[in-house]
Amino acid sequence: MKAAVLVFPGSNCDRDLKRAFEQAGFSVDMVWHKDTNLPDGVDLVGVPGGFSYGDYLRCGAIAAQSPISRALKAHASRGGYVFGVCNGFQILTETQLLPGALLQNMSTRYICKPVGLRVENTDSAFTSAYEKGAVISVPIAHHEGNYQADPDTLLRLNGEGRVAFRYVENPNGAVEDIAGILSENRRILGMMPHPERASEPLHGGTDGAALFAGLAQALVAA
Amino acid sequence: MRATVTVMLKQGVLDPQGEAVRHALGALGFEGVSAVRQGKVIELDLADGTTEDQIREMCEKLLANTVIESYHIAIS
Repeated sequence: MKAAVLVFPGSNCDRDLKRAFEQAGFSVDMVWHKDTNLPDGVDLVGVPGGFSYGDYLRCGAIAAQSPISRALKAHASRGGYVFGVCNGFQILTETQLLPGALLQNMSTRYICKPVGLRVENTDSAFTSAYEKGAVISVPIAHHEGNYQADPDTLLRLNGEGRVAFRYVENPNGAVEDIAGILSENRRILGMMPHPERASEPLHGGTDGAALFAGLAQALVAA
Repeated sequence: MRATVTVMLKQGVLDPQGEAVRHALGALGFEGVSAVRQGKVIELDLADGTTEDQIREMCEKLLANTVIESYHIAIS
């Protein structure tokens, strides 16, 4: 099982994500934003958190235009798995691999704390190791995590069971408490909370580990 | 030639920053400010002959996120 983690100038959760993938059994290559190709045979691409390109213009906007993003889109269109966390989620919406957009938190403040997430849907590789309706604790750390989408998009997301996680207590104003969403083929997940920061006992919680374990399981079976 | 692109959050998209500015104006004693919307202005110095369609493409592809933002182009 091969994973790649993209590294943009300003990424700061790339090594955390690499480690979480490795703990789940993936071999992981780090891929620089100027690269034009992903390593051969990559099953899963991680788009990490951080402040790619200093969040200039809009969070994720410049990263979405970088050379490696073209390779990312090609990987996604081949049916490859993609996992975007925090700034990675913002990048996935800017590349339009996921619908909607992330706006500034309603409080206008940066929020960094553990939050409760409800697992809304277990019908994906990312969520299959959880029980539907389970509440897990995962940290958030963002200033632009307020997910918004137009009513038609929300209708589709809900109707197709593509909301993976909702906040138990909404920290940022996200519409319908949405914390993470899946693509139409359920192989792309973007979420604001950081499961890679809650995947080992030393992190203070391990509720995020099942996400990586579930992914590994699905990819072994594939 | 120069183009000035104004990017604003679409009507109906809540603008927490604008709302914070409105509150601050009220706290300073300015009454009657019923709404504040904050956006950004991007100035482009362009080769002569650049068409409005090309600028529009720049807006669609990068300068604005049309999911949440609208843009206005002024050429001078």
